[in-house]
Amino acid sequence: MLTSDYDPACLPDLLPLYYRRLFPYSQYFRWLSYGGASKNYFQNREFSFTLKDDIYVRYQSFSTQSELEKEMQKMNPYKIDIGAVYSHRPSQHNTVKSGTFQALEKELVFDIDMTDYDDVRSCCSAADICSKCWTLMTIAIRILDRALRDDFGFQHLLWVYSGRRGVHCWVCDEAARKLSVAARSAVAEYLSLVKGGEETVKKVVLSDPIHPFISQSLIVVEHYFPQYAVVEQDLLSSKASVDKVLSLVPDDILHYKISVKELLNIYQTEKNPMKRWEQLCRYAVQQKRTSSKKGAQYFDKEIMLQYCYPRLDVNVSKGVNHLLKSPFSVHPKTGRISVPIDLKNLDKFDPFEVPTISLICEELDKPLTAEEEDVKDKESETESGERRKIRDYKHTSLAKYVKLFDHFLDAMARSRKGEMLKKSGLFSLDKHDPPIHIDDDPAKCVNLLSHVSLSHYRHKDDAVFIRFSLD
Amino acid sequence: MASARRGSEQCDGEERGQARRGVNMLKMVENLGVSYVKTTEQYRKKLHSEFSGLGFPHKEEADDSNSSKNQAGPTEYEKRRKDHISHFILRLAYCQTEDLRRWFIQQEMDLFRYRFSELPSKYKTDFLHKNNLKYDTMSVEEKNHLKDQLINSSYSVSGSTVAEQDFYKVPFQDALDLVRTRKVYLKAGYAYIPHQDIVAIVLNDFRTRLSKALALTARSLPAVQSDERLQPLLNHLSHAYVGQDYSIQKNIGKVSLEQIDPLSAKSFPLCMRQLHKALRENHHLRHGGRMQYGLFLKGIGLTLDQAMQFWRSEFVKGKVDADKFDKAYAYSIRHMFGKEGKRTDYTPYSCMKVILSNPPSQGDFHGCPFRHSDPELLKQKLQSYKLSPGGIMQILDLVKGMHYQLACQKYFELTHNIDDAGFSLNHPNQYFMESQKLLGGGKEVKKEVEVSQRGPENTPSNGPDVPSTRQKSSTQAVDDMGDLDSYFIDE
Ligand code: SF4
Ligand SMILES: [Zn+2]
Repeated sequence: MLTSDYDPACLPDLLPLYYRRLFPYSQYFRWLSYGGASKNYFQNREFSFTLKDDIYVRYQSFSTQSELEKEMQKMNPYKIDIGAVYSHRPSQHNTVKSGTFQALEKELVFDIDMTDYDDVRSCCSAADICSKCWTLMTIAIRILDRALRDDFGFQHLLWVYSGRRGVHCWVCDEAARKLSVAARSAVAEYLSLVKGGEETVKKVVLSDPIHPFISQSLIVVEHYFPQYAVVEQDLLSSKASVDKVLSLVPDDILHYKISVKELLNIYQTEKNPMKRWEQLCRYAVQQKRTSSKKGAQYFDKEIMLQYCYPRLDVNVSKGVNHLLKSPFSVHPKTGRISVPIDLKNLDKFDPFEVPTISLICEELDKPLTAEEEDVKDKESETESGERRKIRDYKHTSLAKYVKLFDHFLDAMARSRKGEMLKKSGLFSLDKHDPPIHIDDDPAKCVNLLSHVSLSHYRHKDDAVFIRFSLD
Repeated sequence: MASARRGSEQCDGEERGQARRGVNMLKMVENLGVSYVKTTEQYRKKLHSEFSGLGFPHKEEADDSNSSKNQAGPTEYEKRRKDHISHFILRLAYCQTEDLRRWFIQQEMDLFRYRFSELPSKYKTDFLHKNNLKYDTMSVEEKNHLKDQLINSSYSVSGSTVAEQDFYKVPFQDALDLVRTRKVYLKAGYAYIPHQDIVAIVLNDFRTRLSKALALTARSLPAVQSDERLQPLLNHLSHAYVGQDYSIQKNIGKVSLEQIDPLSAKSFPLCMRQLHKALRENHHLRHGGRMQYGLFLKGIGLTLDQAMQFWRSEFVKGKVDADKFDKAYAYSIRHMFGKEGKRTDYTPYSCMKVILSNPPSQGDFHGCPFRHSDPELLKQKLQSYKLSPGGIMQILDLVKGMHYQLACQKYFELTHNIDDAGFSLNHPNQYFMESQKLLGGGKEVKKEVEVSQRGPENTPSNGPDVPSTRQKSSTQAVDDMGDLDSYFIDE
């Protein structure tokens, strides 16, 4: 049996191995190049490394995949952050005229951190998480993923476990990467329902009409709430937690005092938390019928949202030049790899099953099965080091996460190809579609060609097109 | 407090006079925005009468063909010309710092909203077309299909009006204010906007253009600043709004660390008192709080060394050891003092900034208590500070009416035992200075209050004849530029 026990003291020894044999460079490069559609997209991207002793180096950039590999293997960063695509190479930011070095594009990102839920978790606090409160992350992902797709029309969302106590989302659609700061903050605010700091008790207030986005989010919350909040978090079992819940019932509504008193009376005899919750909901229903006051009638929903709705760090999403921890970076405290999350099996995702760097490094030394050995022999004679590296991660627990990443990249490549064809008008059978448009940028044309195989050419002007673009 | 400011008596030349009046107008727009809810009839009427008084254009048509030259008073065309001149001069004056840009854009937006809403429907449509804002409308089937969603997405739509109204299908990026506040239905990246909310799109476009224009203007600043005739005028104009520039530390080194505790109870506005208390209790503040409080402290005169000592001694009592502090926090404090990174000298936050940007979330203590606290908690807090029940009522009423700065001013008056504060509050550091002035704190905290800023008529926020002592060097302006775009569009 392999042990996944991770000791932070070993990190300096494990990192070189990880960066030499396991880190998925080719996928990583493929991701950040985005099909090479815009010039220097990868080259102008900022990376920042956190080295041993919290030494922080910003504005790293690399011109090729192999430069990135070499540099990472040399520096062995404890943590990697990804920043924006700039107007110039970030590594040369000091040499360009002040004011002209600017962040141009970046994925739209979201950062959800369990510490922001401290006032509504009873199981853990601060950086600790357990399988109970992890449900909060599941809810967050479901709600945000739906809204980003259905409401905002984004398609390429990469959800990543942060390695410790939260999740990140990278929205990679071209439209998302091009969003202005103002647009990013508008999206983040649209998605934020829980408002207020330490000086606010009631953090969710609903008013008529309930926006479709909120109704959709409520469906998700209502699904998880009874089991998660009432049963697992003991929402209505102790006096303190009951008081806390009842403090969220607005105090200026009709019959409030009577209701709460009655509720407390019932709670004297009724100890079952689920039944207690049902009682509370019954009062909410009654309230809806008798109260003419606007807004006061949703307190059951407001309670559910305050306890379960995703809490976003708006500032992370807002900035184009804000840095966020990179996928496949290692978390120095837990040793866990920041891996993509499979939304198809979201409810089964268990952060404690995510491989640690010590586990996968150990797996590297694990003797190969006879079969694997066989394949290896054959391949290693003919293939380059690059191929060997691919196989290296393939027989560790990292493999399935890299595969997820591959799927994500494939889907992005497919829609790029679709877009490209649509734009070129090359294969459009509809006469009304725009005719072939030869781009003035030869690089783009070549690029376009590389995305279509010759057998697809149907246009009689294809020959012209090809000659033109290769000129 | 909404009285129109008197024009400058010393204007020499048309530009100066126009620009001066422009500031007065925007200042008036701001005051009205603080005193009235922006969508009410009352607000509209008040604006209307103020405009006429200031001689600014407020008619949709500038038809100068039938205006005779001998007519008494300026023609509509003439008013417009002046309006344009003043607007462009103000752009120059107000592109200089983030705070100024924020203020300028906010007031211009309110002004624009008012003017647009006054247009007859026909002109509104014309306006959209002239500015290339053409969008598809929803078909009847589409409307029927999405009826419920449309009704639940906007206050201005009901079952019966869905059929009658035109709905525009607009990329969500063009309707950010509606998206932000969830006042519109969103589907697959498009916002479906009822005709009567169309002003939001126009405003969005206006804001974008004005932001870009200010950024561009800012880039040409160094050239402008080298013109000796212009620079004093521009500083003078922008000065008229922000009043004091609280990053200029006249009081530097006049406060000792021991004084902070007593001062926080006597002379800090609630926002800073709250931050101070949270810091002492938790030995930590999150980023938003460190910025808001740290810059305020810098503004009241802490030196970099003092600030460093202050923060370190508090943080090490908590979970942070000295080593970690030096690595993780010291940088950002030096940064505040312009000693790191782009070396921008950060300005203490104004009330507007505290109230409007970066609202506090879980674990945060920053923001403005009048805006960001539960009224119930605010009430308890005020009670614990021994305010009279009547006073508390008055404050809570102002809060309810969303007049946060007025509420704060009322708090000032109550805690300093005066009837009329005699200034209009727009900055936490202003609160502090005024408090010290009243408490005769001049002995402990010496401030050089500019003489011309005294008196109820001639307050820091609107004195027209404040001598402009501060000359921003052009190098610093260039430094500002580095951060400009990232902060600016942000807004
Ligand atoms: S009004 Fe201004 S000074 Fe007063 S508490 Fe709010 S932000 Fe602070
Ligand atoms: Zn837990």
